[in-house]
Amino acid sequence: MGEALTRLAERFTALLGADSVITDPVRLRTYECDGLTSHRATPGVVVLPGTAEQVAAVVRACVAEGVPYVARGSGTGLSGGALPRTDGVLIVTSRMRRILDIDIPNQRAVVEPGVINLDVTRAVRDQGYHFAPDPSSQQVCSVGGNVAENSGGAHCLKYGFTAHHVLACEVVTPDGEIVELTAGGPGYDLLGVFVGAEGTLGITTRITVRLTRLPETVQTLLAAFDSIESGGAAVSAIIGAGVVPAAVEMMDALSIEAAEAAVRCGYPPGAGAVLIVELDGPGSEVAHQFAEVERLCRAAGAFEVRIAAGDAERALIWRGRRSAFAAVGRISPAYLVQDGVIPRTSLPKVLARIDALSAESGVRVANVFHAGDGNLHPLVLFDDAEPGATERAEEVSGAILDLCIEHGGSITGEHGVGVDKSRYMPRMFTDTDLDTMQMVRCGFDPAGLCNPGKVFPTPRLCGEAPGVRKGVHPLVEQGKADLF
Amino acid sequence: MKPIDALAKVCSDVRPAYPEEGVLGVLPRFVAAPAGVAEAAETMRAAAEHGLAVIARGMETRLDWGLPPQRCDLLLDTHRMDRIVEHAAGDLVVSAEAGTPIEKINAEVAAHGQRLSLDCPIFASSVGGTIATAAAGPRRLLYGAPRDLVIGLTVVRADGKIARSGGKVVKNVAGYDLGRLFAGSWGTLGLIVEATFRLHPVCEATAYVSAVLPDAAAAHEAVQAVLHSPVVPAAVECAAAPGGIEVCVMVEGVAAGVPARADRVSSLLGGADVAEEPPEWWGRYPDGTTLVEITAPPAALARASWLTGAATWSASGHGLLGLEAGPEQVTETVNELRAAHTAVVRYAPEPVRDALDVWGPVPALSLMRRVKDQFDPDHRLSPGRFVGGI
Ligand SMILES: Cc1cc2nc3c(=O)[nH]c(=O)nc-3n(C[C@H](O)[C@H](O)[C@H](O)COP(=O)(O)OP(=O)(O)OC[C@H]3O[C@@H](n4cnc5c(N)ncnc54)[C@H](O)[C@@H]3O)c2cc1C
Ligand SMILES: Cc1cc2nc3c(=O)[nH]c(=O)nc-3n(C[C@H](O)[C@H](O)[C@H](O)COP(=O)(O)OP(=O)(O)OC[C@H]3O[C@@H](n4cnc5c(N)ncnc54)[C@H](O)[C@@H]3O)c2cc1C
Repeated sequence: MGEALTRLAERFTALLGADSVITDPVRLRTYECDGLTSHRATPGVVVLPGTAEQVAAVVRACVAEGVPYVARGSGTGLSGGALPRTDGVLIVTSRMRRILDIDIPNQRAVVEPGVINLDVTRAVRDQGYHFAPDPSSQQVCSVGGNVAENSGGAHCLKYGFTAHHVLACEVVTPDGEIVELTAGGPGYDLLGVFVGAEGTLGITTRITVRLTRLPETVQTLLAAFDSIESGGAAVSAIIGAGVVPAAVEMMDALSIEAAEAAVRCGYPPGAGAVLIVELDGPGSEVAHQFAEVERLCRAAGAFEVRIAAGDAERALIWRGRRSAFAAVGRISPAYLVQDGVIPRTSLPKVLARIDALSAESGVRVANVFHAGDGNLHPLVLFDDAEPGATERAEEVSGAILDLCIEHGGSITGEHGVGVDKSRYMPRMFTDTDLDTMQMVRCGFDPAGLCNPGKVFPTPRLCGEAPGVRKGVHPLVEQGKADLF
Repeated sequence: MKPIDALAKVCSDVRPAYPEEGVLGVLPRFVAAPAGVAEAAETMRAAAEHGLAVIARGMETRLDWGLPPQRCDLLLDTHRMDRIVEHAAGDLVVSAEAGTPIEKINAEVAAHGQRLSLDCPIFASSVGGTIATAAAGPRRLLYGAPRDLVIGLTVVRADGKIARSGGKVVKNVAGYDLGRLFAGSWGTLGLIVEATFRLHPVCEATAYVSAVLPDAAAAHEAVQAVLHSPVVPAAVECAAAPGGIEVCVMVEGVAAGVPARADRVSSLLGGADVAEEPPEWWGRYPDGTTLVEITAPPAALARASWLTGAATWSASGHGLLGLEAGPEQVTETVNELRAAHTAVVRYAPEPVRDALDVWGPVPALSLMRRVKDQFDPDHRLSPGRFVGGI
């Protein structure tokens, strides 16, 4: 451990107590990666603060030493956003897990950043509410991590992403100040840019989330098709008919095979693709549209349509889809999870190109996707024991991202850029675009110590703050001094 | 080269400003109306070279909002940038240049049974002005404001460079979301030149369910009953009315479902009228020479003693109060409101503006200044119009 880190560890122990500071190399290793296990680094020091004031004190100490720091929630991120720095401090929010307030009349709750996503819903479900963002990792991921990644889930097609469900964040800024960012207040919508900034603009220590009324009715169907093309045609027909489903998920033959092997989900045999469509809302609304969806699926060539008669059957329908990622582990020694987005109408074209890529390279690709919004999760299968296989898989995975960009899409729909995809950012954005985004970062974090090396391939030099002070001096603004 | 010649070299429509083109009394020297994004960028670059202070002008519906600029050399008019760049109907997205009237977008996409779910009662509001002012009407409750509906944004920076964020797909977390940052930035960070919005299908049927409740407490009870029910209203609005407060709930959806939902709302309101058209005050500004916008949580309605005269409240947590009074009285009212809520004076006559702090207290102001300094280090974009003198 370097001198600065040693001094910091001592300082943290004095500030937070010895049980909140980890320096033991074996224990530090627990934090060496997030959900993207291909990138690892043992953090210099880990701290487990319990309050915003402690987070602020830790950040200020890091700034004083010029040491970089990274926030970590539950460490389920899939792009290496919470990858620590060997020369830095990892600030873990797992001791900040209190739900501070539930305010049903105002349809909101106030939580600490380490609170688990699903715990918010569990706390309000009896009162007829839920926290709408539902990443598949919702049993473990933290609300702070959701804010940083602007996470979404299967139901974000209708309900939107975390950004639409966060009303305010208390934030420890990169210079250690505690500020409140709100949506809809006077001034810039800094909250809007903070959400989704992948922990590069500060650490949120308290989050006010919107609570959404549980729907009166939920209806789910599973439709089996011969091919991805006819499944895709059904999706287009549904959206074209003006239906906004709560979720539309699709799986191809290979991922169905994997799910079948893993959890015996009992999907219709011989299906080239299955589609899961869920509608929710007022009963009268759903009943009408659901009949329409069923009709459209059959018209597009569904050879079997199953309708969930209740929660148990609904869970059964979802089981195959939910298990898909883990399931491919059964049919392949190793795999990469890709996350790309295309305009939904390009689905057939892009899937055909992925097929071709797979055929040319001999690398198998299982396709699972949020079909309603064109968010693809191709699972690239390979045998890591075979020389060169990892590289070939990575090549295919990267080529899929190129396909997404070529079709006017995005390199990530929900997993974020992190360290994993920063090198792809210049394929999607110009240097000026990236430079402009980093102007925000320079405003928040001129020293570049807050989660550096993430999102952007090359840091922007923030330069000196303008020499001539413009506007009001901060001390004047705070009422602490007057200028004469 | 003189500034006007430098501007004329790159922009096909440049002229000296007319006396009536002042922005809250500050007369610009020139008006430039670039014909497209590239020309707008060149114009901004020329303005940068000559140190010109620039104010963007959309359809001018709200140019008199906010504070007067400290200076203004160039009024950059976007009305010639009115192209709908792309409507991808199957993907429910539309891209348009900044000067495009929102109504034009709606007319275009309506042919495909789609709409941009931003209420836009002022016929002419432009894409750029709507985003720059974060304008949204009643349906904000269900569909959100510009920050929620813009999925891609192209801006021209103070130095004339073109920058883009987001894209053409709704689900996208690559890079910072400058669309949300620019929403409500009042022209102080850069010139918005093009935006991509997500669209929604037009609903088959709409019903407005209205009842007059005796006071704010009763209106609050009624609104709570609707919000906590599963009817999913698109909008819930209140307005001061003779005999109390009129609550009006908008329900949209399939023709087969709306009547039942409207009936349900009617019984939740204790018996109400169901109509196909909204009440006359719906989505309009209350009258008055001063307009105050109040932001507060939904339950603030219970104690909204200000909701009298010319005033409206949206269950999304936004109120509008129109006042016809002198500086002292307005100041007193605004201070009372600020004791419990956020209250911004949107427009007011000069004596009122001079007497009070139009924007009110702003949390995180120093962070905002630092962001502003990055985007506009010379403070040439709408200087002085925004919070804290930004
Ligand atoms: C099996 C599996 C399924 C998944 N499914 C989905 C899905 O459906 N949708 C989806 O969107 N994602 C999904 N993810 C990705 C991941 O779960 C989400 O990104 C989640 O929001 C991360 O939360 P976390 O608490 O684990 O954050 P971490 O991994 O700990 O951190 C993620 C990022 O957030 C930052 N951060 C953490 N806490 C804070 C804070 N308090 N303030 C500021 N920054 C902070 C970190 O620095 C890092 O950059 C999945 C992951 C797994 C493993
Ligand atoms: C019922 C109703 C409700 C409304 N609700 C709201 C509300 O909640 N909040 C609200 O703020 N307004 C609201 N509006 C006001 C109005 O709809 C918007 O202010 C309007 O969209 C502005 O558009 P414009 O083209 O007329 O802009 P202008 O009046 O020309 O300009 C408005 C502001 O935007 C800036 N601007 C214009 N174009 C650009 C550009 N291309 N790039 C950068 N900056 C630019 C200008 O400099 C100016 O500061 C409402 C209107 C009505 C009738």
